[in-house]
Amino acid sequence: MDAIILQILNGLDKGSAYALIALGLTLIFGTLGVVNFAHGALFMIGAFVAVTLQRLLGLSFDQVDPTKSDFMGNPLKVKVPYAESWFGPEVGAAIIDWSVPLAILLAIPVMLLFGFILERGLIKHFYKRPHADQILVTFGLAIVLQELIKYFFGANPIQTPAPSAFTGSFDFGVLLGFDPNAIIYPYWRLVYFAFAALVLSGVFAFLRYTTFGMVVRAGMADRETVGLLGINIDKRFTIMFGLAAAVAGIAGVMYAPILSPNYHMGMDFLVLSFVVVVVGGMGSLPGAVAAGFLLGILQSFASMNEVKSLIPGIDQVIIYLVAIIILLTRPRGLLGRAGVMED
Amino acid sequence: MKLFGLSAKDTRFLIIVILLTMFTPILLQPFPEGSALATFNAGYPDLMQRIAIFGIFAIGFNILFGLTGYLSFGHAAFLGIGSYTVVWMYKLLDYNVIWGLPLAVITSGLFALLIGYVSLRRSGIYFSILTLAFAQMSYNLAYSVLTPITNGETGLQVYPSDAQVLMGATEPTSPHLFGIVLRENFWQPTIGGWQFTFNNGYYFTAIIAIVLFYLSLRIFRSPFGLMLRAIKTNQTRLNYTGINTRPYTLAAFVISGMYAGLAGGLMAAMDPLSGAERMQWTASGEVVLMVILGGAGTLMGPVLGAGFIKYLENIFSKINDSILHGWFGALPDGLENFIIGVSHFFVGKSWHLTSGLMFMLVVIFLPGGLVEGGARIRNLFRRGKSPKGADTAHPPAPVANAAEKEEF
Amino acid sequence: MGILEVKGVSKRFGGLQALNDVNLSVKENTVHAIIGPNGAGKSTLLNCFVGKLIPDSGSVMFNGQSVLGRKPHEINQMGIARVFQTPEIFTDLTVMENVMISCFARRDGSFRLHPFETVMHEKDIIEQAEQMLIDVNMIDKREMHAASLSRGDKRRLEMAMCLAQEPKLLLLDEPTAGMARADTNNTIDLLKEIKQKRDITMAIIEHDMHVVFSLAERITVLAQGTPLVEDTPDNIKGHPKVKEAYLGESA
Repeated sequence: MDAIILQILNGLDKGSAYALIALGLTLIFGTLGVVNFAHGALFMIGAFVAVTLQRLLGLSFDQVDPTKSDFMGNPLKVKVPYAESWFGPEVGAAIIDWSVPLAILLAIPVMLLFGFILERGLIKHFYKRPHADQILVTFGLAIVLQELIKYFFGANPIQTPAPSAFTGSFDFGVLLGFDPNAIIYPYWRLVYFAFAALVLSGVFAFLRYTTFGMVVRAGMADRETVGLLGINIDKRFTIMFGLAAAVAGIAGVMYAPILSPNYHMGMDFLVLSFVVVVVGGMGSLPGAVAAGFLLGILQSFASMNEVKSLIPGIDQVIIYLVAIIILLTRPRGLLGRAGVMED
Repeated sequence: MKLFGLSAKDTRFLIIVILLTMFTPILLQPFPEGSALATFNAGYPDLMQRIAIFGIFAIGFNILFGLTGYLSFGHAAFLGIGSYTVVWMYKLLDYNVIWGLPLAVITSGLFALLIGYVSLRRSGIYFSILTLAFAQMSYNLAYSVLTPITNGETGLQVYPSDAQVLMGATEPTSPHLFGIVLRENFWQPTIGGWQFTFNNGYYFTAIIAIVLFYLSLRIFRSPFGLMLRAIKTNQTRLNYTGINTRPYTLAAFVISGMYAGLAGGLMAAMDPLSGAERMQWTASGEVVLMVILGGAGTLMGPVLGAGFIKYLENIFSKINDSILHGWFGALPDGLENFIIGVSHFFVGKSWHLTSGLMFMLVVIFLPGGLVEGGARIRNLFRRGKSPKGADTAHPPAPVANAAEKEEF
Repeated sequence: MGILEVKGVSKRFGGLQALNDVNLSVKENTVHAIIGPNGAGKSTLLNCFVGKLIPDSGSVMFNGQSVLGRKPHEINQMGIARVFQTPEIFTDLTVMENVMISCFARRDGSFRLHPFETVMHEKDIIEQAEQMLIDVNMIDKREMHAASLSRGDKRRLEMAMCLAQEPKLLLLDEPTAGMARADTNNTIDLLKEIKQKRDITMAIIEHDMHVVFSLAERITVLAQGTPLVEDTPDNIKGHPKVKEAYLGESA
């Protein structure tokens, strides 16, 4: 029992990331009709926004510390981060410590802007082109973004710690009446799950209760009709793309402490997120979210030693296997509407 | 003149391709050794062989993607399967490639039959994702549980302890064809300042490539090829014309899978090892890039694309600071440093950035690839001569594209 | 006994009874029109003939064989060809290639692996296709890309492709929808010509009364998923029930 709960928890954080990326993919596909192979790269850029902010806040200058001296008796130089000298040692240290969550504030405008530019400059010219062309051009874009990141940040993963308040683990076992240490779960993963839940409900609320969201949902149901109503779809498409980029970006920011950002994380997550979208049902937002969590949890179950010894290699293929089975038996996906991209 | 059941035009085309392939060691070595432009020489056996191998891969991929429009993101899996098969034959029998290569075609064909049968039940983006899923599965498995077969991360290679039951006492200990060692050169003349290398492996690969090019030419001109093109344009009409499209697409998928398997086998004939990274989906992306760049659905496109990409990859990866300083040394210091700084984005290890950009530019501005670019230029010239003969079906080519092609 | 026998066909989509106990018989070598107001179930009925839809109950027999449960290409191979509302042709191919595909389909069936034969060596196929293009007056456009044809020519090409298969039954789904008067008249002439030249059965679904009364020998009027009357054009014109259901609103 405790092992099962542990696996469900383990699946949650990965599932959250899948769900957030898949949500953006679905939004873009549903409204703009574009298959965006660069969406994983947006997630990656988000993670590197966190890296950048952490580095920026960590910038320091040398200062002579009169209270200390080196072994020669000379006054010792110590590195003092600018943040600490501007905001005082305590506030400054806290800001540095909290750089990952703070990066969200930076990531939102950056990603929105990046999304707008991308949509206006590139994506909009591909609305009428075949899906194959959309896949190809966004695939090229993903390579370019990935290589740029590699150029500036190197090929090695960069550790990006969470605030020290969240570095420990939470002992779920005691809470649920199991032995201590039976179910240990890092705090940050809990934070990530809560964060994902917040963002997801935010997006759903936005789509549900605002006029803008209503138009978007109508557009997803029937693009042509909405276009005929004389509603300025173009502007909304741009905003939609920026929003999806921002969601992917902040998902990446918060994921940085869980997976040290590296230049190929975007591609890794993209392939899986596409599988998630297909399993959930192309064009279905609840489907994308449900499938994200489902596959995340499924994957963590498949990596249990008991399961692996039963079916060797299952952890490596489980997601793809599920996708293949779903595509062949129920091409519309778990919650997809009939007729969307079905043939 | 008509040969091998081809029209006069196609015969001429084939002869040109044969001549180009045969003289590649000379054509790719236009600059004398030691000259400033020697960096642009590409007549090394290794590079030429890789161009031929990727040419085969791309020609096969084009039969599926170019003709039917089905975009597979999983063909690297067949490349890997072909490689593993050939290395296993080295391990079990001996280094003669005659055992492994035909078997590589058969095994990759069987896998393609299986994967194609399942994937082709869907079309469009679903097909792409299914093939991607299969390829990623193969890749993950090759790295993990299939280690006894693939030797995991180390990669499959021949060890002294391997059986090699057919191995003779005097037999070469590297890949060979009935004693002709593939990595050896049979002629290395130096004429004036020019150095040329004629390599066994290159000519072996080149002859196979020519045969496979001829086969693809026949497929293009056959009723089968016509049906494949019809599938790309309008499947509905084809169904209502009494044609069952699935066996046609499956046949195209299997044929392209076999081409990929043979290409993978030839990689192992170049260098007797094989690793899982050959199956990664980025490798599938590379062949897509080649076909698109050259011109999907055209005969020459995939070969041009493969040559272009592999050539540029080699050149761009080679360029380093000292070469850049050599080129731009005459400029004022500030400008020199600026140009070199910008170049860093695109050369050396950053070659992938250049290829990604190139890919985007081609998809955006020249969906027909280099072949279309060439056709546009030809139209441009023709129009210049006889303005009345301008055909209105094709819009005039933007100047930027024309310039791009002229370099080539 | 007709070449196409429809007995008791019903089809429901959710709450909508699209077809309700449809009985219909198309006699060999006649032009049979199926008319009716919008939403009468004409297209649904047609889709049941070609394998795109399977009715909930009833039977559709063609030449004594059931077509239900067969795929579109199998039904076509039985001898039913279909012309669409908007012409479905191979736009990337030449006019000649378009027609040749039909000729191949007739000769080789639904699938034949012939990767190493050469299209240009298929003398009999080329001859048939050329003859077909002569028949529809398109031989001068044989090397043109189908995409660059005029709308009327696209329709003509689609007919040629269907006729090249020498079908026993030709289904026409609003063949003049969206056409200008001149194009419509051309299409009528073309169909009349086709009918004169060969033994062929046609079933036309049509909105345009002008087309229907110029071509049809029998007319079935469909309303709300049920056939109201089946009779000759002359009798249909004056029929009170028809006037009420259909002509009344448009005339």
